[in-house]
Amino acid sequence: MGVKKTDIVLLDENGIRCDGRKINEPRRIMIKAGVLKNANGSAYIEFGENKILAGVFGPRDVHPKHLANTDRGIIRCRYHMQPFSVGERKNPAPSRREIEISKVIKEALEPAVMLENFPRTVVDVFIEILQADGGSRCAALDAAAVALADAGIPMRDMVSACAAGKVADTIVLDINNEEDQEGQADMPVAYMPNLGKVTLIQLDGVLTPQEYEKCVNTALEGCKLVYEVQKKALKEKFFGDDAQ
Amino acid sequence: MMDDVKRKYVIPGDVITTGPYRAEENVHLYGDKIIATTVGISEIYDSGVRVIPLTGMYIPRIDDFVIGIVKSHTSLSWELDINSCYAGILPAQDVFGRDFNPKVDDLTSRLKTGDLIAARIANSDRSRDPLITISDRDLGKIEEGELLKISPSKVPRLIGKRGSMIQTIESATKAIITIGQNGFVVVSSEEPEGLLKAMEAIKMVEEQAHVPNLTERIQQMLGSNSE
Repeated sequence: MGVKKTDIVLLDENGIRCDGRKINEPRRIMIKAGVLKNANGSAYIEFGENKILAGVFGPRDVHPKHLANTDRGIIRCRYHMQPFSVGERKNPAPSRREIEISKVIKEALEPAVMLENFPRTVVDVFIEILQADGGSRCAALDAAAVALADAGIPMRDMVSACAAGKVADTIVLDINNEEDQEGQADMPVAYMPNLGKVTLIQLDGVLTPQEYEKCVNTALEGCKLVYEVQKKALKEKFFGDDAQ
Repeated sequence: MMDDVKRKYVIPGDVITTGPYRAEENVHLYGDKIIATTVGISEIYDSGVRVIPLTGMYIPRIDDFVIGIVKSHTSLSWELDINSCYAGILPAQDVFGRDFNPKVDDLTSRLKTGDLIAARIANSDRSRDPLITISDRDLGKIEEGELLKISPSKVPRLIGKRGSMIQTIESATKAIITIGQNGFVVVSSEEPEGLLKAMEAIKMVEEQAHVPNLTERIQQMLGSNSE
């Protein structure tokens, strides 16, 4: 309906993208830590048009007990989209896509959280997508990392995530919904900025080796920008005005 | 002495320092970097580095004084809520003595579900739930008082430097305050007024833990209320 595939100009001759951004410009990012009272830790993120809430519980007792690990803790993660988060009502039951994203977010957080300090326990991460707009897995991961830090769960490093991709034969930072649908490649990357380690990398599309390298580096630059916003959110909550 | 301590606000992943320092609480060593693992205030003193956490739950440590709530019991031990991810285990021998016999002695005759006890962590390791003891002076069942729950990370603030904060509250309200390292606090007093005032002061400390000169503010609050 409406706009045909060819009608969107993803990148114009001046290097301006369909939403007015430059090639290396991320969308607006706003994070607020500690927004929920009943969760041990929480965060709210606005990443472009994405609006996402993350709540964290734990470490706490594992139920059912057979999931518990005797020599380390475990993480459980639920990524869930609200029925009203997308244009057409989304069935609230977990879809194939949501189950996959829950799994990759869990695995992206695992290297950062010091689970070996909490044997026989679980850290529960709940992520609710209130409004979705492309790149929600990265935004969800950013919120989840801030929520974990807010809960005071020991972490080796923060996890910052950002996507990059290929649009109109050009590598661009932070793919939005239109670029995701019409573009040539989408690559979400999660990164521990102080340890310099990648905890998540996915690629949907075809890239040459040169493009691949450029895409990874672009995404990592994005992660570093996100990290600054995460840092600011935590410092604002815990140190208020006297944060340096 | 205080001047050699370098303090800084940190979040997880912040590199506190590099060099030949001892990594102590809430930090980890990565190569030669010492990295904070929690939100808090980092301290570099002598040759050690640690982070005083500003959030997080209670992690049992051997010899900590804690307040526990009896949750349930088996025929051999009680299970206590110690505000941690692990339940505290209080063996029956600790209460009944060496000649405890599970066939004869009924655990509910001494401690029932919901009872408060002042206890100490006897042993805590990765392999099982923390062991708790009450066989020491000043430990045992708490007969009366109001239970308050504060964040375990705010306990040092409530105690204050060399107990200054807690002494201020106790002397102004004539209440007796027992603070467990796990964030459970029991307040008891002969006078209901003193009790309410002490509880109010404790809540104020929790809410404003980051404010400087808090002891003076508490003094003011308690002083102005008594008029």
